[in-house]
Amino acid sequence: MSELRQDDIDREIAELAGSGAGGSGHPSRDYAPYRSTLLRHPLQPLVSIKDPEAAELAGPVFGATDVTALDNDLTRQHLGEPLGERITVTGRVLDRDGRPVRGQLVEVWQANASGRYLHQRDDHPAPLDPNFTGVGRCLTDDDGWYRFTTIKPGAYPWRNHRNAWRPAHIHFSFFGTAFTQRLVSQMYFPGDPLFPYDPILQSVTDDSARQRLVATYRHDLSQPEWSLGYRWDIVLDGPAATWMEEGR
Amino acid sequence: MNPTPSQTVGPFYGYALPFPGGGDIALGGITVHGYVHDGAGAPVPDALLEFWQADEHGDLRGRPGSLRRDPVTGAVIGRHGVDFTGFGRVATDADGHWTLRTVRPGNGYISVCVFARGLLHHLYTRIYFGQDAFLDALPAERRQTLVAVEERQGVHRFDIHLQGEKETVFLDFG
Repeated sequence: MSELRQDDIDREIAELAGSGAGGSGHPSRDYAPYRSTLLRHPLQPLVSIKDPEAAELAGPVFGATDVTALDNDLTRQHLGEPLGERITVTGRVLDRDGRPVRGQLVEVWQANASGRYLHQRDDHPAPLDPNFTGVGRCLTDDDGWYRFTTIKPGAYPWRNHRNAWRPAHIHFSFFGTAFTQRLVSQMYFPGDPLFPYDPILQSVTDDSARQRLVATYRHDLSQPEWSLGYRWDIVLDGPAATWMEEGR
Repeated sequence: MNPTPSQTVGPFYGYALPFPGGGDIALGGITVHGYVHDGAGAPVPDALLEFWQADEHGDLRGRPGSLRRDPVTGAVIGRHGVDFTGFGRVATDADGHWTLRTVRPGNGYISVCVFARGLLHHLYTRIYFGQDAFLDALPAERRQTLVAVEERQGVHRFDIHLQGEKETVFLDFG
């Protein structure tokens, strides 16, 4: 088998552009340009559940004991300061009706400024940073806001095809009031030249949906002599039980 | 409002999402365990499973404290064992194996959310421990993919097949 090249992936991405997004904007689990999907997506249709008493209409709860005050500052987890461009990332977590998701857990993980993850399986020749782990957590406030201080991650190579590079991104994990609203996604940085080459970002084939994965640079969130500010708002998909809303 | 699209959890969540005791929702009850397989039958060593369930009485309110922290070191010290949090999280090991210790839920099933490298949008399934009207509505040949098999007293086996002949039934709540 000949080596898979960027040209081949580009062609596959172009063929699938605008396809299958439907209303949700979520990627199809069957998206061949991202080769690891091939054996890891179900072939049978999902079975629909419309039970108003389904356990999944409720969900896990978290509280003050589950986070510490330092968890949302990824630049203060070691004795020294990490290398890289200091940034703050903030936004609101809302449900499909625009209501804030309150007091829920937000988790992030990312590569360091050189594009290296603190993970045994990331062994490409970029330096680790002894002052950066790249993990953070916080709870949303009463208006659904989250906030992290970190450094801008670097792009990194992967082996989907020859010369494959991931655009810089921060991984995010969100909980809503219901397990059905669970979301794991990735935040990208505006204007990254790697966007068109990346099958993971391009798996979101609808242009406007894909744009929702890209943060906005916000000068009013930048702090003088300190950090650059980005805003990324989240809308969680999926139904929730109406009886669960109060008191959460 | 238009939802934020899902993206894969990728291969490198391991130092961020799993936490000590993540699979010990409650001790002294049952053990549920199994393997995650891909469409070629190979184990999936980089899947992350999340579990959400009612307590023994069917109470679905959940409680905080799954990730309870030591205020001195910041380390995860986990559930204090008095409240039932209802939430668990386990990464598969190099064999694609996972283990959950919990109690049998009063409503009959444990909800599972599956994440993995190569999975662009998580999948939901359920672990049932016996008969249920929902199972009865499924084709007979697929029904068994949602039912845990009791291997010995208190130890239940539940394998997840992402694709193929033994493909697990996955659920949609939209």
